[in-house]
Formats: sequence, structure tokens, C-alpha cells
Amino acid sequence: MDAAELLDEIGAAESEALASVEAADDTEGLAAIEPGLFGKASTFGRLKSGMGRLEPEDRKQVGRALNDARTRVTGRLGERRDELAAVERRAQLEAERMDLTEVVGEAPVGHRHLLSQTGRRLEDIFTGMGFQIAEGPEVETDWMNFGALNFADDHPARDMQDTLYVDWGEPESTLLRTHTSPVQMRTMLAGGPPIYVVCPGRVYRRDTADATHMPVFHQIEGLVIDRDITFADLAGTLHEFTRAYFGEDIETRLRPSYFPFTEPSAEFDITDPRSRTGWLELGGCGMVHPNVLRNGGIDPEEWSGFAFGFGTDRLAMMRHGITMLRELWANDVRFLRQF
Amino acid sequence: MKVLLSWLREFAPLEGSAEELGDVMSDLGMAVEELTTFSYPGIIVARVLETRPHPDADRVQLVDVDTGDGEALQIVCGAFNMSAGDLVPLATTGTVMPNGMEIAARKMRGQLSNGMLCSAAELELGVDGEGIMLLPADGGLTVGGPLDAQLGLAGDALYDLEINPNRPDAMSIAGVARDTAARLGVPFAFPERSVASTGRSVHDSASVEIVDPVLCGRFVATVVRRVEVGVSPIQRQLRLSLCGMRPINSVVDASNYVMLELGVPNHAYDLSLVPDGALRVRRARDGESLVTLDDVERTLTDDDGLICDGTDRPIGLAGVMGGADTEIGDTTTDVLLEAAWWDPPSISRTARRHHLRSEASARFERGADPMLLEAACVRFADLLGASLDDGVVDERGELPWPRDVRLRTARVGTLLGTPFTRERIAELLEPIGFASTEVDQDLDVTVPTWRYDSETEIDVIEEIARHHGYDALGRTVPRSADTGALTAFQQDRHLVRDTLVGLGLDEAMPLPLLGPETHLDAGLVDHRPLVLLNALTSEESVLRSSLLPGLLRAVRHNESHRSERVGLFEIGKVFQRGIAGEDLPDEREHVAVALAGRDAADAKRTLDAVLGAVALPGAHIENADDLGGLHPTRAARVLVADEEVGVVGEVDPAVLERFEITGRVGWLELHLGRILELPHGEHPYREVSLFPSSDIDLAFVLDESVGADAVERTLREAGGAEVVDLRLFDVYRGEQVGEGRRSLAYAMRLQAPDRTLTDDEIATIRERCIAAVTSTHGAELRG
Repeated sequence: MDAAELLDEIGAAESEALASVEAADDTEGLAAIEPGLFGKASTFGRLKSGMGRLEPEDRKQVGRALNDARTRVTGRLGERRDELAAVERRAQLEAERMDLTEVVGEAPVGHRHLLSQTGRRLEDIFTGMGFQIAEGPEVETDWMNFGALNFADDHPARDMQDTLYVDWGEPESTLLRTHTSPVQMRTMLAGGPPIYVVCPGRVYRRDTADATHMPVFHQIEGLVIDRDITFADLAGTLHEFTRAYFGEDIETRLRPSYFPFTEPSAEFDITDPRSRTGWLELGGCGMVHPNVLRNGGIDPEEWSGFAFGFGTDRLAMMRHGITMLRELWANDVRFLRQF
Repeated sequence: MKVLLSWLREFAPLEGSAEELGDVMSDLGMAVEELTTFSYPGIIVARVLETRPHPDADRVQLVDVDTGDGEALQIVCGAFNMSAGDLVPLATTGTVMPNGMEIAARKMRGQLSNGMLCSAAELELGVDGEGIMLLPADGGLTVGGPLDAQLGLAGDALYDLEINPNRPDAMSIAGVARDTAARLGVPFAFPERSVASTGRSVHDSASVEIVDPVLCGRFVATVVRRVEVGVSPIQRQLRLSLCGMRPINSVVDASNYVMLELGVPNHAYDLSLVPDGALRVRRARDGESLVTLDDVERTLTDDDGLICDGTDRPIGLAGVMGGADTEIGDTTTDVLLEAAWWDPPSISRTARRHHLRSEASARFERGADPMLLEAACVRFADLLGASLDDGVVDERGELPWPRDVRLRTARVGTLLGTPFTRERIAELLEPIGFASTEVDQDLDVTVPTWRYDSETEIDVIEEIARHHGYDALGRTVPRSADTGALTAFQQDRHLVRDTLVGLGLDEAMPLPLLGPETHLDAGLVDHRPLVLLNALTSEESVLRSSLLPGLLRAVRHNESHRSERVGLFEIGKVFQRGIAGEDLPDEREHVAVALAGRDAADAKRTLDAVLGAVALPGAHIENADDLGGLHPTRAARVLVADEEVGVVGEVDPAVLERFEITGRVGWLELHLGRILELPHGEHPYREVSLFPSSDIDLAFVLDESVGADAVERTLREAGGAEVVDLRLFDVYRGEQVGEGRRSLAYAMRLQAPDRTLTDDEIATIRERCIAAVTSTHGAELRG
């Protein structure tokens, strides 16, 4: 065969090869014909071996044509493989189609109790402000709960009306703590100043359960004792906490009040975080009374401090618009799983 | 404590709106709990002309009233307490009532009503009593005139103030006025009062003997003559009513009025009923009795104070309530008036002992002003337009005055965070009666007699802060030198909580107070729970000794609301009677899990998850059939070494029955406080091998008495470090293994961190494991 014939055959072989590539209708079929396209027994193979007899000049020309044809067929083969693969992948995906709206049901996630969540948020803020978290017993001595905190013997809060007493030791010597302040006293006695602690915990009052009262509730109190602690430090600390917990636009104010364990004492109000207008009474605070410092083994001439406290159940309720305090204690999973 | 703005203004020119002045009071620590203003446009004084039955209704009647023009205006009225000639408030048509209701002319059962006659409650005047408010005919009221102006209420405001125990001064109109005036920088003064003299010496008609000088610091007695017992002027009645005291008669009203105005409780005796006008103050004898004004006979103790007559007969419970025998009656003309200062702690104890908190005791408890007693007597006579005998009987016991406090100027600044000069301090203290004189760099401060609470330097500093204004003291933030952080215990408690939440459990918070039988119902028969001495209800009278009853109740609650298969956990304190003689009983922190509709195996897996999280070496379990409240054949103790730290298993079906729970409940309860005290929390790193692993299975036939956990320990020990995973995948009981025996099949994965294990090595390990289990536990390898 001369060069011209060879060139014709190359053209025919290319057309044939391309036709077989086009004819394959899936990637499997394509893979089946692929080995036959360029092997020794193939048209291309045969033509390649026929080239040896050509003049060098013709061989160059035919060789180039042969290579070009092979390149085109190979290129088309690749394209065709991709096309078929895409079609097949689409078919595969279509076969797997799911309507996700049919899928309903909660993954079995547990829930921390709303009050635990509130407690942890408060802890986070106070530890961020440099406080430690102090804890203490819920059953307390009368001295720790009242006496050491400068409650006079005939102070109305010591009335049996308000305090739950426990059958332990001398009559009325042991009680369910009415505030977490005994933890402050225990902290003072356990180690000297400087003290920067908050005392979260459960407290008890002799109350009948209703929408806004429970015999058990939660409080957090803070105690700072250091050199030269001032009333301004109290106001600033409460302000900083309030901004961190409730938001930057919340204002704070202190109003004179009375507690046996602090002097000067104050009520601590914040902008009502629900309506953003008006004031909400959050808790009580003041400079630790010198008698309390002395009872805690601290010299009030050398050290001064402040304390504050507020109920935390109400914070949780306000945050989520809960109106029934009882809900917090009912343990209905329809409630627990909301938060 | 309720105060009227018009009354305050009799003592000081307090400028500003009712709201502004309320803010000042709040800022001074007299929190305004409620502010009521009075304005009744449309409500007038009307005169009842005639009352007639309604022709078609017997619950209402027809009332013709004169509204000033002499004409009869018909009103339909549901009250029947008025008769012709009475003056009554009439809301004319178009009036909007304080509660927002608009009055319109309307027909009631066919009869036209041209307005509404008002009760005091409808006018929010704070007066109790049924029916239409009857205005006094002799009160100088003009028929047809506007009610508010005629009653002196127009523009007035009523504050309900919360007064703290350390503010005896604020228990009176005058005291509130003084404090407010001081902040506003306006003068405060008691108005001059003068009364006519009877020309007789009081000493001829009255005498006082103080037997107990601690109880009674001062006793002033006067004789007020030519008293007419009648009805008080309407304005006075209104003031009393609005301030929370029911008008009784002119003498009682005057006494109460003086108490409200000056903060001096006082007592009026009918002089003719007190022999020789002689009074004697002493402590009661144990068991002595007295009938008080409320007609209750009270048995006294030797801590109660008594006022007796000259024959030593008790006629009043000192500082708390008068006696019935010497009460003012309609025929009283001469009054023996007592104004005294009583020891505050004594009064507080007596009032509490007899559950008799009166307006008087509330003031004496805080400490009344002993230097205002004479003025109170004068004011009483002045209010009644009566005459006083000359002089006063004035006996003294022990008074805690004068009181001087050394105030260190520098101390004020270091405590409040703002420097104060001596001049500024004196300027703040002087208007509230704390006189000061300079001593070296400091001040000697004299505490006024109306501030019984104020005894020490810090009390005076509080006054300075209060009148300077808390908000003016600035804000600074102190910084702890230490890092704020949770303790290891607190972090681990979070870890346990998060682990349980991660298992899909919901955290519950049951009340820790239980009923007297609840522990027994829960099968906790050997517990020794703590009992409350003064619980309000028996259902909340015992402190829980276990988390079991509370969580079972929660399971029951959910089941009854169709939430089944709940998984709940709780972390909380439990209590038991502890070691006698110790200050406090036994209190521990527990964690517990209740798995409704799941069994002991699920509970055991939960235990393993918790133990895995806290990494407690040596923790193991021992099956037990004697755990209170737990299933006799599906429960185990959780032990570390030989110490019990918890229980795991299922709740006893008998207990579930008593709690009305259907289905099984898996249970886990751990003494969290103890576990976290034990060595724990080490999670040593083990290299993650990149070499291939090999799995072998081993099955053994053993006696039932051999615990699977023991077999597992043996396998791990014998297998050595190359055992990277070991799992019990099958338990078989049946004929093939024989009675009392079972087959345990384990899958073991072997892997070395640094090489591929050879077949020989794997075979050696396998042989070691088989040898160990067969020799240690009397097991046979199952082929």
C-alpha cells in the first residue's frame, strides 16, 4: 500500500473506531471495546505495522496522521467515558432519591435541666470575672445560717414561720439553709482573704408551693474580701455582671436597704430585661458587716468586702417566659426537652 | 407604711410632682411599692332625699338624690345602707371611675339610673366596710360640690412605702418628711401646737411607777379633759383610712393619728376607770393573764411587760396592746394618756410570743423616739380640742442615750470609694439629726433619739452613703489576683452530667422533700431519713435519703402523661441521720439514673459509660440480692476496693407497683461526692497502632457463680498489652453446657503498636488466655 492508500485507511479506521465508541451505551460496554481499538490485531495496529514499508518521508507523514487519528479517538473515548459515567451517576442518584420531609423524629439527645443551664451560664461569667465557685451543706447549723451573719436572736427571719428546722442535735440548732450565705462564712473560716467567690446553691423556706413560691429554690451569692474594697467596687462588679449576663443595654442601680450581714446595704435593681423599660428588683447586696468579718476570723480594720445575692430560678423563668414556678420541679419531659 | 403627700407637706415644703418625690423616697431606702393619686372628676357630694323599692327587683332600690339644685335625681343602687338626709358620693354620668369603668345613664329593670353612688372601695379610698360611703353630715361638705376638693384629696398622693427594720424614724409621717426634706435641702419643722390648760396639776390626778427600768425607758402620762367621744372630722377619718387604720371614734382616732404622724404609739385610758390615775410598769408573772382590746384572754410569761393600775391589776400589755377593762367608752370625758418608750427586744419577743403584731409593736420594736412623748400628748389634746392638766408625769427608766460615735473621716472614704471631707459629712448628717463636732481629723457624732438602730461607726457611714446617694458613689471593678476557675470536683460533676446527657438522658430536678411514708414505699427500709420539725405539709416533711423516690415519681408523672420510656437522671444532695454528737447530719451528693422501660443491662451500660468518663480504677460490681428498693435478682453493688460507692440494676417490681409504674425501670445511683474523692480521672495515652490487627474468639463453659467481669479481667491480664479490645458477644445456657453452667464467648482483638503480630505470637497469646481462664475459674474451653 502506498502512502495515499494508507492515509485513506487511517481515515476509515478512525471513523470505524469513533463509531464503535459512539455505539457503546454504558461505561461497561465502552470498557469492553477499548482493548480492541489500538491493539496489534486492531486496524490501527495493522496500519502501524504496514508503515514500515513506506519511504521515510511518507512514513513521517503517515505516522503523524496515524498518531493524530489515535489521539482523536483516545480523546473521544475519554469524553465518551465521562459522558456515560455522568449519565450513570445521575441514574444512580435518581434511584437513591429521598424525600427528607418524610423523615421526622428526634435524635435521642439528652437535655440538661434548665436550672443547670442557668447555673452554668452564671458560673461562666463569674469565673471569667476571676471568681471561684464555693459550695457548702444544705443542712446547716443555726449559727452558720443566722448567728455568724449578725442576725440578732430575735430577728424575725429566725422565726419558725420562715425557716425549716431539722430534727438533729439540740432543738432549733439545725436547719435547712435559708440562703447560701453560710457558704460565705465557711469560705472565710476555711482560709483568709483575699476572697473572690460565688456560692450557688439550693435554699429552703417554709413556703407553700404555688405559682411563684416553692419551699426549695436556687440562689447565687457573691463575696469579695480584699484590701480597700469599696462600695464603688460592689456597684461596679454588679454592673459588669449584669452587662455580661443580660446585655450591654441593661442599666443597674442600687437603693438603700437593710440586711443584718451587710452595711451599707442595698437593693440591686436592673432594667427589666423583658420590656427594656422600668426596673426589676434582682437581689440584695452591701458591704460585709464588720461583725460578720470578725465572726469569719477577719480583721475589719485590715480588710473590707462586699456581698451580693439573688435568686436564679427567676432568671431562668424570665429568659424563657415561664410563668409557673412549679414547672421547674415537675420533671415532665415535655418541659425538660424544650431547653 | 402608708404616707400621704399632703400630710408630709405639713412638716416640710416638699416641692415636686408626686412621682418625683416618690423617686426621692425610694432612693433614700424607703421604697415606693405603690403610688396612688386621687382625682375624681365627675364625682360630687349628693344628699339622699328618699329611698324607694324598685318595682321589679328586690336586689336593688331606687334612691332620689339632690345634687345641689334641690331637684330629685333617680339612681338605681344595689346597696341599702343609706337613708334620707345622708351625704353620699355620686358619680355623675360621663364619669370615668378609678377602675376605668365609665358611668352612663342606663335603665335597670325598666328604671333609669342617672349615675352611680360609690362605695369607698370603688373610690379606692382604702376604707373597708360594705355599702355606699357615707359622708358626715356635719363635715362642712357642700351638696353638689366636687368630692375630691371637699375631702381635701385633690392633688394628693398616697405612697405605700417599704420600711426596713433599721429605719425607726421612717415609721412616721414626720420622719419620712424629715428624711425627704434633708435630701431636697428644704427645712423640716414640727408645727407649733398649743392647747388650753385645765388649770389643774397633772400630779394630782396621775402617777407612774416604773418597776422594771430596762423594760420601760421613759413613761410620760398626761390628763386630757373635756373630751367628747364622737365622730372624727371626715378629713381625719380619711387620712386614717388611707393610711390603713379604721376610724373608730374621735379619741381612738386621735390616738392613732398621733401614732402615724409622730411615730409615737400611745394609749388612752378612761381616767375614771384607773383608780387614782396610778400606773405601774412591771414584768408579768408566769401564768398571769390579761384580756386585751381584741377580747382575747392572754396568758403571760415573766418576759412580757405589763402596765398595771395602782392596785397592780394588769390593764395593758406593754407596747403591744391595751386591755379591755379601761377602754374608752361613749361616756368617757377625761382621758389618762400614756406615751412611753419600751425596750425594743422585749416588745419584739412579746409580739411574737402572742402572735400580736400591732401598729404599736411594729414601732416599738424598731425603737420609737423617747424625746417626742410630751409632744405626742400635746398633739393628742390639740386634735381633740381638749384641755391638758399642767405639767406631765415623766418617769425614767434606762434609755440607751445619749449615744456618741467616733467617725473616722478617712474610713468613710476608704469604705465608700469616694473621699469625703468633714464638712461634707457634717452637711449630710446635720439635717437628719446627727450632730457632729470635729475631733482631730475626725468627728464625734451624736446619734438622734429617733435612730435606735444606729450605734456604731458603720451605721453612721451608711447614713452618709444614703444621703450622698448610692449612685453618686461611682463604679469600679476590683480584680482578683487569682484565676477564676472551677474546682476539679466541679469540672468532674459537669463531665458526669454531660456524659449522661450524651447518652440521651434528660436531667430532672424533683423536690428533695418527701412524705413520711415515701422512703418505705421506695423500699429504703434501712435508711434513717431526717425529719423536719415544722414542715407545712406532711407530704414535704422528710428529707430524701436517696434519689430513688423522686425520680420514680418523675417516671410515674411522665408515664401518666403518656411519655413512656423516659430516661431521667439527677445530681443532688441526699441526707440521713449521721453520727450523734456531730454538728451536722450526713449529707452527700449523689447521681442517679432511672431508665423507664429498660432493664438492668441498660443501667449497667450507663454505669460503664459514667465510670469510663471519670476513669475510676478498681471500680467493679458484685451482684447483690439485698439492696433496698432494688430488684432482688437483678441488682449489684458498685464497689471500689471493698467500699460501696453505689448500686446498679433494676427497681424492685414491688416498689414499682407502689409507685404505679408499669414496665421495668433500670436504676443506677452513685455516691458522686465519694467517687470524685477517690483517685480517678487518669486517661493515659495509648499509641494508636498503624499495624494490622487480628481477631480471635474464645468461648468458655463456666459455673454460674463465676462473674463475667472476673473472666474478662483474667483474659486481659493473661493477654497482656496486645489485647486492644475485648468484648463478651454471647452468653449461652442450656443442655449442651449443663445445669448451673453457662458459656461465655469473647471476641478479642490483638494488635501491637510497633509491628504486625506473627501467627506464632497470636497462638501464644491465645494459649495463655485459655490456660489462665481454665485454671483460675475452672472453665472448659468450648470447641
